[in-house]
Amino acid sequence: MTMTSNKKVYTDEKILKKLMEDSNITIEDALENEMVINMGPQHPATHGVLRLLLRIDGETVVNCVPELGYLHRGYEKMAEEMSYIEFIPHTDRLDYTATMCNNVAYVLAVEKLLGIEAPKRAQYIRMMVAELSRIAAHMVAIGTYAMDVGAVTMVMWTFREREKIQNIFDRLAGARFTTSYTRIGGVASDADDETLKMVREFLDQFHPAFEEMDKLLLPNKIFINRLEGIGVLNKDDAIELGVTGPNLRASGVAYDVRRAKPYLFYDEIDFNIPVYTEGDCLARYFLRGDEVRESVKILYQILDKMPAGEVRANDPKHVLPHKTEIYTKMEELIHDFMIINYGINPPEGDVFFSAENPKGELGFYIVSNGKGKPWKLKIRSPSFCNLQAIAQLCKGAMISDVIAIIGSLDPVMGEADK
Amino acid sequence: MYQALYNLTSNTIISTLIVALVPLTLILLYALFAIWLERKVSAHMQDRLGPMRTGWHGWLQTIADMIKMIQKEDTIAADADKKLFNIAPVLVFAGSFAAFAAIPFSSAIIGSEIEVGLFYIIAISSLVVAGILMAGWSSNNKYSLLGAMRSAAQIVSYEIPTALVVLTMVMYTGTLSLDKISQQQTAYFWNWNLFGGPEFGLAKFILIPFMLVAFIIMFISTLAEVNRTPFDIPEAESELVAGYFTEYSGMKWGMFMLSEYANMFAVSSIVSILFLGGYQSPFGYLGNTLGIEWLVPIEQLFWFVSKTLFFVFVQMWLRWTLPRLRVDQLMTVCWKYLIPYAVANLIIVGIVTLL
Repeated sequence: MTMTSNKKVYTDEKILKKLMEDSNITIEDALENEMVINMGPQHPATHGVLRLLLRIDGETVVNCVPELGYLHRGYEKMAEEMSYIEFIPHTDRLDYTATMCNNVAYVLAVEKLLGIEAPKRAQYIRMMVAELSRIAAHMVAIGTYAMDVGAVTMVMWTFREREKIQNIFDRLAGARFTTSYTRIGGVASDADDETLKMVREFLDQFHPAFEEMDKLLLPNKIFINRLEGIGVLNKDDAIELGVTGPNLRASGVAYDVRRAKPYLFYDEIDFNIPVYTEGDCLARYFLRGDEVRESVKILYQILDKMPAGEVRANDPKHVLPHKTEIYTKMEELIHDFMIINYGINPPEGDVFFSAENPKGELGFYIVSNGKGKPWKLKIRSPSFCNLQAIAQLCKGAMISDVIAIIGSLDPVMGEADK
Repeated sequence: MYQALYNLTSNTIISTLIVALVPLTLILLYALFAIWLERKVSAHMQDRLGPMRTGWHGWLQTIADMIKMIQKEDTIAADADKKLFNIAPVLVFAGSFAAFAAIPFSSAIIGSEIEVGLFYIIAISSLVVAGILMAGWSSNNKYSLLGAMRSAAQIVSYEIPTALVVLTMVMYTGTLSLDKISQQQTAYFWNWNLFGGPEFGLAKFILIPFMLVAFIIMFISTLAEVNRTPFDIPEAESELVAGYFTEYSGMKWGMFMLSEYANMFAVSSIVSILFLGGYQSPFGYLGNTLGIEWLVPIEQLFWFVSKTLFFVFVQMWLRWTLPRLRVDQLMTVCWKYLIPYAVANLIIVGIVTLL
């Protein structure tokens, strides 16, 4: 016992005042048993570094505030300090579950700014990798979603299929994860027959594998009960919040950029846009499954229609020449030097281009001042916009439902935080 | 067993120690095997191989993990209530370990032949709840607290259907001693309580469906009592990180794990004793046929362990197949379905037994 602890802190007057305070407790105060809990940024089910501040009453969520920015790397600002070509690898790091889709969307935006178009074969290859990437991303989404609800086995099964897609990317781009496969005016390398055969083989075995996954989850009453009617996002709210992609279509809006503003050669392809009207977690699960099936359908058509020809546009001022030609031809050497060192110098102006990514509508707004680097590059990331809905959906839900809602919205923090 | 050892050594302390050590060794051996089995079961269900490097198909993996855990630094969070924090894992482990004292592994290997074995096990396993609550509260972590509260609510609720089914079986067999319940179901498998018990007659055939119901209720509620999927909400990994033992590390965490596996074995053994004849062989004994008496207890041990491990395997199988229930759904299952059915079953079995 030290001297200080013996010192009287509370005088009689203070104690009396404290007692008076305590006697003023009302019934409402006694019922006050709310707790603020931090879900994330390090939490097994928040898909990265999403942080949710939850005010909970027992198990019920009274209020929810999402906090983003833990993975902010300032890509929009970084883009202003690098040439258009240098930014391609950075698009891999946006939605890292669907790298190819980001690559494709970015180069299409730059090509729109330049006013050039890649050869048809390059466009078809882009379409192929984008759809493969969409399947890969949805595999992650479905797998982790099921894992969040407690079915741990599912994630292994979906990642098994994703691995096969990554093997195809490995052969095509030289990297499994961070592909950086597209180039302005084309793609890095041609897809040879062996690769196309790999894609076809993958598709042939994918259908039964996916059916098997459905059989694991869907006859299960627990899984259905956990998700049905949870986190309902109605049509008007979804549009107002700017939700896009599968989450919007699960709420009954048939908006798909591939159909609404066709890019690449999606207008030549026959596919449906799956739409559910329920807008709950289960609908979002079903919708991703249906989208994967549509992607398989698209891929078969792409493989059948794959045209022959070049994979880089013939535009020496804007498109990098082939490496072999750089070493043998003077012209190509000069162009390569100029493009790498001074950039591709698109005309002054601004352009907005958006593509349908697995998470939603990924848009690039580029302002050019005629120099080699973009003056401004704005990324409209679907995960960021989709996350706006989370506060509304979580209100009144239970803690277990919050997990299901995060899983069903499927945000990727690399993209949301940019 | 205590009596036999006492006759052998004529020393109370030594014989008590040996009797206490037998279940402990059995638990540790079983835990080594069960953790390895869980990994292998999960791996093969998920198209993986599981541990493969340490020993044949990784069978030494658990031992390697144990060594790792013992070496780990024992961290206690700054704001944790240190006393409770340290007692909690011991209490949880003691609760599940003490249950083994009354479990008859075979007619010869039984820690303590107490008359109220069943009652004792139900009582002593409630100690686990206290330990879990202590762990959750003392961690001073909101996730731990939520996990502990969920766990307490769950275990207390699910003890009711368990107790009702146990009551049914006690009423039917007329004894609380696990050894006697096992002995009653001797000879062939149609004498097991699941198939209407040893007495042959009309009552046996009437009882079969009700025994089946009791068996299913018992299995489901024991699953919930040991916090296994689909009732693993107290330690729901994706929701509460690790539930009540989020803050634990090293061997203290290991003790929670050990007690979880020990509990799985304990409840499985109760299910197998009550319904599947405990240590009784389904086809009679080789020892009796050959006239080698000492072979019979060993055979009984074999049958007991295989029946129990089968249920442990089913628990693992369910864990890696089913999603998790929500808290309210969990309570709905207990209060709206299991308890009414258990009560109805109790009444019907009671009437049939009376007649």
